[in-house]
Amino acid sequence: MLQAENTSVYLGGFVQPVFDAQTVFRQVMNAMARPGTITRFDALTTPPAPLISVTGSIAAALFDHDTSVWLEPAQASQPALTGWLTFNTSTKIVAQGFDADFAIVTDAGALPSLESFAQGTQEFPDRSTTIILQVESLDQGPRLVLEGPGIKEKAFISPSGLPDQFCEQCSANRQRFPRGVDLLLVSTQGLIGLPRTVKISRG
Amino acid sequence: MYVAVKGGETAINNAHRLLADRRRGDRSVPAMHLEQIVEQLGLAVDRIMSEGSLYDCELAALAFKQARGDMIEAIFLLRAYRTTLPRFGYSNPVDTNRMHIERRISATYKDLPGGQLLGPTFDYTHRLLDPALMGSQDVETPVTKQAAEQSTPRVSQLLTQEGLIESDGDLPDDHQTGDLTREPMEFPMARDVRLQALSRGDEGFLLALGYSTQRGFGRSHPFVGEIRIGEVDVEIDIPELGFAINLGRIRVTECQMVTQFQGSAKSPPQFTRGYGLVFGQSERKAMAMSLVDRSLRARELGEDLTAPAQDEEFVISHADNVQATGFVEHLKLPHYVDFQAELDLVRRMRSEFEAAQERDGNAGEDLEAAE
Amino acid sequence: MNTHGELATYNFAYLDEQTKRMIRRAILKAIAIPGYQVPFASREMPMPYGWGTGGVQVTAAVIGPDDTLKVIDQGADDTTNAVSIRAFFQKVTNVAVTTSTRQATIIQTRHRIPEEQLGENQILVYQVPIPEPLRFLEPRETETRKMHALEEYGLMHVKLYEDIARNGHIATTYAYPVKVEGRYVMDPSPTPKFDNPKMHMSQALQLFGAGREKRIYAIPPYTEVVSLDFEDHPFEVQTFKDPCALCAATGVYLDEVILDDKGSRMFVCSDTDHCENRRNEGHHGHLSGQALEAQQ
Repeated sequence: MLQAENTSVYLGGFVQPVFDAQTVFRQVMNAMARPGTITRFDALTTPPAPLISVTGSIAAALFDHDTSVWLEPAQASQPALTGWLTFNTSTKIVAQGFDADFAIVTDAGALPSLESFAQGTQEFPDRSTTIILQVESLDQGPRLVLEGPGIKEKAFISPSGLPDQFCEQCSANRQRFPRGVDLLLVSTQGLIGLPRTVKISRG
Repeated sequence: MYVAVKGGETAINNAHRLLADRRRGDRSVPAMHLEQIVEQLGLAVDRIMSEGSLYDCELAALAFKQARGDMIEAIFLLRAYRTTLPRFGYSNPVDTNRMHIERRISATYKDLPGGQLLGPTFDYTHRLLDPALMGSQDVETPVTKQAAEQSTPRVSQLLTQEGLIESDGDLPDDHQTGDLTREPMEFPMARDVRLQALSRGDEGFLLALGYSTQRGFGRSHPFVGEIRIGEVDVEIDIPELGFAINLGRIRVTECQMVTQFQGSAKSPPQFTRGYGLVFGQSERKAMAMSLVDRSLRARELGEDLTAPAQDEEFVISHADNVQATGFVEHLKLPHYVDFQAELDLVRRMRSEFEAAQERDGNAGEDLEAAE
Repeated sequence: MNTHGELATYNFAYLDEQTKRMIRRAILKAIAIPGYQVPFASREMPMPYGWGTGGVQVTAAVIGPDDTLKVIDQGADDTTNAVSIRAFFQKVTNVAVTTSTRQATIIQTRHRIPEEQLGENQILVYQVPIPEPLRFLEPRETETRKMHALEEYGLMHVKLYEDIARNGHIATTYAYPVKVEGRYVMDPSPTPKFDNPKMHMSQALQLFGAGREKRIYAIPPYTEVVSLDFEDHPFEVQTFKDPCALCAATGVYLDEVILDDKGSRMFVCSDTDHCENRRNEGHHGHLSGQALEAQQ
């Protein structure tokens, strides 16, 4: 769906914060619990470009002043974008990926090394970054095979715009279990969850 | 002839009705007003606010009334309300040097700047029941004097001048005060979070633990450096204004326990501190808290860890009476699914045991027969 | 005097939004690390600790207006605490409630997993008293956390093996430890071990909330859950000699009911919805006819 360019940092948040946040969270939870499934919700937010509505909605549902988010340098220098995030969620924006609870990556092809984000510790593996990765599409790219918790036998996804070494990166991420990052692939079509447990191969 | 038990909902509603009736009691006796509780049962209100960690006399009185005088139930009611309140910000640390003092005593100095003020204490009352209180006779107006305008320095500051007492904590200036009601607990704790846990902790539990240190389970040679009770200002910084504004006054009890310390590999011989601060007037709690605080600093000061009161995880994990009462009382909830599993197991083990005994017994008889 | 007139206005599902976000973030991490206990800043709830506050907080963070909620305790919808928790959610969310396992989208439970196989559109929320499976072997959180970090579960195996040495079998009948996806040893909450196999490759998402102990953990759907055992002493579940006295079901968990002061007893389904469905479908146990007569 097309998205109106939002020029004000004060506009474009949830209209019904309580119910919209619940709707978005539930779909994110389903996506995480069932990797490979595309989950969807209506366009509930209109964040400034290049953020898409799905990203804006996830941010509005999960970020607050107890969270920190990493943005690509090109985005972190955009007052409209950072202003929208901080006004609508109160989140802190941090300069280092390894300090971040969340990361938003709008240029999927230039996804930094997954290792550059917070991995959690062996004692507290939950203290790791969840990366929201905006991709061109969820079903127009080369086919990937997923296995692991949440998947009955195998699941197949075809996101486009991922970096070349994506499978290798995910595989290294999985090797670090229980440490590791979790990913949400998002596009205007919805989202796919890729928790650290998922095994990805080219299919 | 079995009909499954139904109607839990009706039973619950009826129980609540009965509870309301018993709470009200004899209708010919006037119902209590919250003002009466606040004014005449003030120390109960103080304890509820302190362990409920919400300063609101009226709500604490309501909780006390609703709980039929059950302190822990009242504390629970206040906590469950507190948790729903939005956070607007964190106040600046209260400055007890600038307390409007009503009571202030020191056991370490006979006289000291600011003087000893007994205040409204039970300490030297003879515990003889007073029949006069059965009626509602008039009470004499108390003798008071104008409070001193200047601040009254704390005893610990007097000792600091001599360099004989450790400094007042060593948290860095940019330390963000922890809040165990907002962040998951993690051991070992920073002292600020530990003090918060103790301040919310059960008075009886801390009293017993503090007592145990006096009896030799982790002895720390304590002296009451000072107890002060009175009102302090609560201020909050408003970044937009660039200065702090006063939100009002609260009554608190502060106890600084001074304990002799012979030195260790980590620290020189000196006096060390145990700190207690609670809402309202609650000397027993503040004293017990300061004993336990000092005791829990054993590891930090390099002392041997030998006693329960020195064990942070043990003390803090069990100090919260709302948690404790919930879990102890949950045992009255149905457990018949698990009990069924245990019944089955015990029956099985019992029959195995009896079978084995029978075997052994038979073997014994055979042996006798052979002889 | 009264400035507290609005005291009784609460948010949808009771919790404030900031608390919900905190719990929701913990749930997402719990799902990503199956069986690992995520610490969370559990709130004081209007029911006592130990009475389901963890489950209630998880349900409150997950539930939406379109959900249908079922609450069970000991497998039954009509036990007092189940009634009380269900009434709480009706009051603070106004969502549809049901006793039907099939119709529910969220099932909050204490001590049982429903007999009927759960589906992909369902979430099972467990109330957990002591989330740490190693707690009774090692009371210190600081120590057990290290054990999980190092995947050092020898102590648990020693304990189970001591059972076998003493009794000839493992003497744990409920809260029987499981290993999730080959990594974390997890407490399934005090469900009878009879229910353990239902956790394995469940179609439903399973979420666990421990309020007093401030932990959330999860098992995603289609996840391997293995009850700990030994090659020479494989895990086995309880069996019952007789079928349910009311619906004649076999292979289900039964409650023992004492009928009179002479100690006569009968065994009936612990899952009341399952039992009712079977009776509606025409199954009759040996005492169900008499129950009908007694009512007439």
